[in-house]
Amino acid sequence: MATDLTLILPEVFMACFAMLGLILAVYTSKDGMASQLVWATSAVFLVMAIWIGTTGEGTNVAFDGMFVDDAFSRFCKVAILLSAAAILLMSEGYMADRGILRFEYPMLIVLAVVGMMMMVSAGDLMSLYMGLELQSLALYVVASLRRDSVKSTEAGLKYFVLGALSSGLLLYGASLVYGYSGTTLFSGIIQTAKSGDMSLGLLFGLVFLAAGFAFKVSAVPFHMWTPDVYEGSPTPITAFFATAPKLAAMALFARVMHDAFGSAVRDWQQIIAFLSVLSMFLGAVAAIGQTNIKRLMAFSSIAHMGYALMGLAAGTVLGVQAMLVYMAIYVTMNVGTFAFILMMQRDGQPVTDIASLNLYARREPGRALAMLVLLFSLAGVPPMLGFFGKLYVLRAAYDAGLIWLAVAGVIASVIGAFYYLRIVFFMYFGDETDEVMTGSKSPILSGFLMASATIMVVGIVNMFGIEGAAAFAATALVN
Amino acid sequence: METIILFSPLVGALLCGFGWRVFGERAAMWIATALLFLAAILSWIVFLTFDGTTEQIQILRWIESGSLSTDWSIRLDRLTAIMLIVVTTVSALVHLYSFGYMDHDPQWREGEVYKPRFFAYLSFFTFAMLMLVTSDNLAQMFFGWEGVGVASYLLIGFYYRKPSANAAAIKAFVVNRVGDFGFALGIFALFFLTDSIRFDDVFAEAPRLAETQLTFLWTEWNAANLVAFLLFIGAMGKSAQLLLHTWLPDAMEGPTPVSALIHAATMVTAGVFLVCRMSPVLEFAPEAMAFVTVLGALTAFFAASVGLVQTDIKRVIAYSTCSQLGYMFVAAGVGMYSAAMFHLFTHAFFKAMLFLGAGSVIHAMHHEQDMMNYGGLRKRIPYTFWAMMIGTLAITGVGVPVWILTLGEIPIGFAGFHSKDAIVESAYAAGSGIGFWALVIAALFTSFYSWRLMFLTFYGEPRGNKHTHEHAHESPVVMLIPLGVLALGAVFAGMIWYKSFFGHVDQVAKFYGIPYAEATEHAEDHDDKTQAEPAADGPADAHHVDAAEGGQGDEKGHGAHHYAFVGEPGQGSLYVAPGNTLLDDAHKVPYWVKTSPFAAMLIGLLFAYWFYIVNPSLPGKLAENQRPLYLFLKNKWYFDELYNVIFVQPALWIGRQLWRKGDGNVIDGSINGVAMGIVPFFTRLAGRVQSGYIFTYAFAMVIGIAVLITWMTMSGGAN
Repeated sequence: MATDLTLILPEVFMACFAMLGLILAVYTSKDGMASQLVWATSAVFLVMAIWIGTTGEGTNVAFDGMFVDDAFSRFCKVAILLSAAAILLMSEGYMADRGILRFEYPMLIVLAVVGMMMMVSAGDLMSLYMGLELQSLALYVVASLRRDSVKSTEAGLKYFVLGALSSGLLLYGASLVYGYSGTTLFSGIIQTAKSGDMSLGLLFGLVFLAAGFAFKVSAVPFHMWTPDVYEGSPTPITAFFATAPKLAAMALFARVMHDAFGSAVRDWQQIIAFLSVLSMFLGAVAAIGQTNIKRLMAFSSIAHMGYALMGLAAGTVLGVQAMLVYMAIYVTMNVGTFAFILMMQRDGQPVTDIASLNLYARREPGRALAMLVLLFSLAGVPPMLGFFGKLYVLRAAYDAGLIWLAVAGVIASVIGAFYYLRIVFFMYFGDETDEVMTGSKSPILSGFLMASATIMVVGIVNMFGIEGAAAFAATALVN
Repeated sequence: METIILFSPLVGALLCGFGWRVFGERAAMWIATALLFLAAILSWIVFLTFDGTTEQIQILRWIESGSLSTDWSIRLDRLTAIMLIVVTTVSALVHLYSFGYMDHDPQWREGEVYKPRFFAYLSFFTFAMLMLVTSDNLAQMFFGWEGVGVASYLLIGFYYRKPSANAAAIKAFVVNRVGDFGFALGIFALFFLTDSIRFDDVFAEAPRLAETQLTFLWTEWNAANLVAFLLFIGAMGKSAQLLLHTWLPDAMEGPTPVSALIHAATMVTAGVFLVCRMSPVLEFAPEAMAFVTVLGALTAFFAASVGLVQTDIKRVIAYSTCSQLGYMFVAAGVGMYSAAMFHLFTHAFFKAMLFLGAGSVIHAMHHEQDMMNYGGLRKRIPYTFWAMMIGTLAITGVGVPVWILTLGEIPIGFAGFHSKDAIVESAYAAGSGIGFWALVIAALFTSFYSWRLMFLTFYGEPRGNKHTHEHAHESPVVMLIPLGVLALGAVFAGMIWYKSFFGHVDQVAKFYGIPYAEATEHAEDHDDKTQAEPAADGPADAHHVDAAEGGQGDEKGHGAHHYAFVGEPGQGSLYVAPGNTLLDDAHKVPYWVKTSPFAAMLIGLLFAYWFYIVNPSLPGKLAENQRPLYLFLKNKWYFDELYNVIFVQPALWIGRQLWRKGDGNVIDGSINGVAMGIVPFFTRLAGRVQSGYIFTYAFAMVIGIAVLITWMTMSGGAN
């Protein structure tokens, strides 16, 4: 028992931190403390990331296999913590300006992060569901953080209702799996779920589970909530949605597919390939019609999830490695892009219309250049880092024999390049408009934007060693 | 030291090309030139102190891919050393010369900066050429090969405002591509056969190649022949041999220093160098060698015949270059690589000098290039005249026939005399009738057109624009110094290195670092009666050399001291097969053979004198009488017209078809259709589905799961 607790010490610590923080704020100055809490939370995230990143080694199991601590989970946890810390720091100024910086906000984020950490460490359907719901419930609330805004409440409600549906699907799948395999432990399920020898019930369970995860990663056709929620939520929340939860859900997806159904790769491979190809194309095609940059980023993230799923669909070590690398790059790009979006405002009011970027490069050449780098990277234009992420998953898919999927990915990325480049076009060659943006001067946001853009360029040298870590993590997961 | 030689031109090119804004125009040019002179001096030190042992100096690991593993390293042997001095010396002198020649070029407007660019290109070319000659493997050589191609393209098209210069640059590039394709195929074939592209490995495998059959283009080939043939196609392109020669005359559109450096002394000899470098493979490919001989002989003859009637001073020299390269290939083709290298070496000096002299004339005549507008310039530009005279004496092969007078064992004469006679004698000794006769006739033509050039330019009455003639002036001293230095080479290079290149077997073997052994009888049975002596073992076999020199000179036949090459392929810088006794045989050819080039030279000289000094109206009349022949030669045997009909027009037609129909209609049409029709349709569709109603969204999810379940059940893993 003691060793079990040592293993989940980071999660326990953070859960306690969230509760203590809430109590502290309630009994003291409430929202007046929010700013300090945000900083403290970021610091805690950072410390946790360093702690997890540097101490753990090998594969350890706690609570009779319900909690797994291995290289894969550590990789994901570090990425989740770092991206959450970045988003928190970015959101502080924006939310304070708009008067929505409540003390619950950082605490809810902490709880969501704890949930995500549980998700990536889940070794059992129970702990999986626990983590997933902890995360989701926290996110439902933050989505509607702006209670006085119709859009924000609508977003929160939509997310909640559809999330409940997806949780239902997931639970149904979990119960089927339990019923046909007689256990909720992944290590037990994998004994029953053999490729070509899988009972129909177990297969149905697999499909329902996959549908639940697909909702979380917003893969087509379970993506419908994404644009509305992205648009309606306050922009920092959108930024958060687009980063850490996506990574966590993708990691959970990979965890269940490999740990619980690792011997039935050929069965789930086609499901994931199907989700992947639909996501890539819908993300590319639907984004073209968008004029709101947040909705556009929603479709962009759908397309990106398609590529990450392509890596997962390969069903190999290289595939998982590619998926992790891709997600890490994706999260980094999104942090920078959302830093830019957070800076978009006119007379103190946030704007999200793409047309307001007309000739932005004349007013802010440095930021426009950074955004250009990020957009190129998102589109996968060489030599930006985003290109190498795509190359990775394409290679994984190719090596796994999914050549059609790789070809489809390339075609979709060509279509998708259009809407990224259109923003670049607006920024550099657009028309003169009166509705010019008066950009905010937040040094934190600028810093994140520039850092992210720099990483996209400099990272091509060795990807900051992330390849090796991802390979290590992938080897730990796939066996 | 070799590394400094290799990289100083590159450093010069970079500093000059990118740094002139910092250093200033003149300083940048001087930096490039000084670095090249440094390289030239070091090259001479390397050449003179080189002891014959092949060295490899690794610079870095280069390619590591599968079984292909390649270093970037310098292979220093005699061939490299020869090429080093040729390249760096001529290049350094051309750099210096360009200070004068490129000054106030009428192609550029006042205030335009073009000289640093020119110098940077020159230096870059030199670097690429050094990469080529110092290469230790075929990939490295190919890199240099393409590098010089690029530099050549840039320099031919240096006057980019002239459409003809651009056209010439493109032509040179495209024609060379044909040859390079062959070269690349040859490299692939060698890698395919030997699993390595390092010279050492390839040479060691050469005997095995001769016994391997290879299917290529649905035909069974002997591997050695095929490889040699493909490599020679590459050499044909670079060295402007017949069929792929058309670019060289047009390349004269470049500035004259470029013609001297690239299109006379160095780059065009890369083909000869390649053939000599690959001698271990060629020695096992008799059919390919025969092809090389015939093609070289035909080129020598063809180019010399065209040179007879050209009136552009640079084109005459260009055809002359083409013709002389033919000589070199004949020598290589019959197996006398040493003679080929000898001619390459001496040719570099006198041909560069002729070009620089021509440049000096052109400079004096305000960029007038037509010889019909020259005449009587001897008095106005005396230094240039004497330089050109020495060059002409060298190229026409003036010397004293060996049976009359020799200096020790060395015949007396200008550089071209030694090397050309060496080739002609080798061709005869090898029993190549076509090679021998074509070369002798070509020697006659060479003499005629060279003297014609001299007489038209420097003798007779001034023709053409009077004003230009009155203002003709001697070139500045920076242009005359290179002429003087090259003149030394043109006069003495042949005599000094005659023994090393074309002496007795032991001398040549020691020069190239090839193992040799004493043979009491004829070379056929050297295997059992000889004891091998390493060539580097200098002092030990010194007495043999002395003994040999004390013999009867050229007439030394089956005497007591007789040597034969015994190296394995890859030992030493050249490989001479055991049965190849050409070097001995060439010294034993009859007197009339030895005299024939000399006689041809005299006849050519007399004809030229008669045509252009005694009776200047004669050429015109002859051209009238023999109009078809005259036009045939004047139009370069109609090669350009033929190629235009066979290759260029169809290629343009295909290009237009693909562009208009293929690209314009099919590709643009379908892409536009997709981009403007299909994708927007789906975009609208996706937008409509995104209704904003929760039930729609939930419905989509349910549909999704239904589809997945159905699909899995139908196809599924359940069975």
